[in-house]
Amino acid sequence: MDLQYFFELFVGGLTKGSIYALIALGYTMVYGIIKLINFAHGEIYMIGAFTALIIASALSFTGMNPVLIFLISTILAIIFSASYGVTMEKIAYKPLRGSQRLSGLISAIGMSMFLQNYVLLAQTSDFLPFPNLIPEFKFLEPVKSLISPSGFIILVTTAIVMILLTYLIKFTKTGKAMRATSQDPKMSQLLGINISKVITMTFIIGSSTAALGGVLISTHIGQLNFYIGFITGIKAFVAAVLGGIGSIPGAVLGSFVLAWTESFGTGYISSDYEDVFAFLFLIIILIFRPSGILGRPENKKV
Amino acid sequence: MKRLFAVLLIVLLAGSLAFAGGDQEGGSIKIAVAGPHSGDLASYGLPTVKAAEILVEKVNAAGGLLGLQVELVIEDDVCKPEVATNTAAKLVGEKVVAVIGHICSGATKAAMGIYNDSGILAISPSATNPGLTQSGDYPNFFRTIAPDDAQAALEVAFALDTLGLSKFAVLHDKGDYGKGLADFAKLYLEEDSRAEVVLFEGVTPGAVDYTAVINKINNSGAEAVIFGGYHPEASKLISQMKKRAMDIPFISDDGVKDNTFIKVAGEYAEGVYASGPMDTATNAITILATKEHQEKYGEEPGAFYLNAYAAVLALFNAIEVSGATDYESLTNALRTSYVETTLGKIKFDAKGDAEGVGFSMYQVQNGEYIELK
Repeated sequence: MDLQYFFELFVGGLTKGSIYALIALGYTMVYGIIKLINFAHGEIYMIGAFTALIIASALSFTGMNPVLIFLISTILAIIFSASYGVTMEKIAYKPLRGSQRLSGLISAIGMSMFLQNYVLLAQTSDFLPFPNLIPEFKFLEPVKSLISPSGFIILVTTAIVMILLTYLIKFTKTGKAMRATSQDPKMSQLLGINISKVITMTFIIGSSTAALGGVLISTHIGQLNFYIGFITGIKAFVAAVLGGIGSIPGAVLGSFVLAWTESFGTGYISSDYEDVFAFLFLIIILIFRPSGILGRPENKKV
Repeated sequence: MKRLFAVLLIVLLAGSLAFAGGDQEGGSIKIAVAGPHSGDLASYGLPTVKAAEILVEKVNAAGGLLGLQVELVIEDDVCKPEVATNTAAKLVGEKVVAVIGHICSGATKAAMGIYNDSGILAISPSATNPGLTQSGDYPNFFRTIAPDDAQAALEVAFALDTLGLSKFAVLHDKGDYGKGLADFAKLYLEEDSRAEVVLFEGVTPGAVDYTAVINKINNSGAEAVIFGGYHPEASKLISQMKKRAMDIPFISDDGVKDNTFIKVAGEYAEGVYASGPMDTATNAITILATKEHQEKYGEEPGAFYLNAYAAVLALFNAIEVSGATDYESLTNALRTSYVETTLGKIKFDAKGDAEGVGFSMYQVQNGEYIELK
């Protein structure tokens, strides 16, 4: 019984960590390339969820197979959010490139508020139901108390995304260009890498994974409103910092560590202090490793 | 020039005071309406003003009370305790016989002491803080709404007597309202020897998911969940519980007894229990009150309109029955004589809570809240 309970909490943390990881990737990649904390990233996640909801509601009138609806709305949500991400970069961050770091940060906060209020006005402030599009899997029946079908989909999808992303970064030309830009933007520019293109690519990838996370978590909990991006965004940001912002494996590791801290803290102590555990852990890590678990300390040139 | 202006101002002020004083002489019964009439909580206070205006107009047209016209004195407290004390002092100065209000529990508490010292009674349509009546500090306080703890008591009684359950997980959203209710539910469960609270936890509103809490409920062996809070958290909890094949009763409060809950939780809402104000929509006086509001203001009545309507009716009745407007006879009449109101037939108990006003249990059946009798 006790081992079973431990395992339940472990799997719960794994699902939650997967969602954090999908969003934390965007924070960490953007930071790695242009040293900007993109506070509007949580809003991209929210817009992804909203787009999927609108498309899924429209398609459900056609009487299509729910799985097909889920796939179509997810893909469209990813495309839509990615274009939002790129447009956001062009409007709010590109003109500020090369200026003080603080200007970009303020611009990001402004963007976040703008997008939140835009959705609030264009859509609604109420909570909206998100249709349950994921079928009951037969093979999950015996472990239903352990993991729900949507939780299972989250785990599988995140694993696939992680493998694809690792491949992209390690073995493709784009990935090589991204790594080079992250190490030394000036030098890579001298060597003929189109930095603007690399940045655009980074925003496309980051926004896509965030949108995917938005769709998955909305299906999982069955509701959304314009404000969901804020808290989730903050948590994912914490995960990215915990793992070492700028490092992709760090973001993933940080996400799981954060989610497990919350899950076990809630399970064995009390959910009243869920956020306290998460942030206490962050503080402890940052005291001993100021640049995060896997982060490399920044070399300051004197 | 400046001096001339100052003199003029003083003369004008004195004139206006004299005018106001003259008005007071005209043998009328003054009733105050106090609550938030401006600011972000105005929507809670204004319907009470409208209820009072409608009824006063009606009673004056019919010759007034005890042969005297009724006059309304309307004062804004913006729902703030520090403003409410000023409001109260002003109303004492106006020599009102009774106050309909205040609206918010905090502001009401601040004002009640001042009214008590001056022998003025108050009937609130909306202040639900249990202490207002139960502390015994305010013998001049009455209300036409059930206190928060009545809801928790009903939920507990329902779970124990009707559903016959014994092990409970009590959850809340850490907010004033939700945690307050959950605290009362826990207290009542612990007082009863049949019941056991196996889990008492707060969940974080807006969190990504509640899997860990749900695991905990599952592990605690609870037979039912009692939740204090609002519908977004409730629908998240219930849908994740049902997805994990946990089919135990879910009992909640009037923060959940809202159609948005059914809309958001969809099929998972089916079978959920929630307490909410008793349904009085079929009551003849209620229908009349709603119609009067629509005719006069061209819209549906707002929050606490029916409670305020009942409060004013109860006060008018007390004045007529006792044939006087002094504190002793009015409070006595409020406590002894029944009156037909929008909330049913009510009178007040010794502490000031309305007997016959309360909550019922509802259950979601086929996508609708059905009152359980």
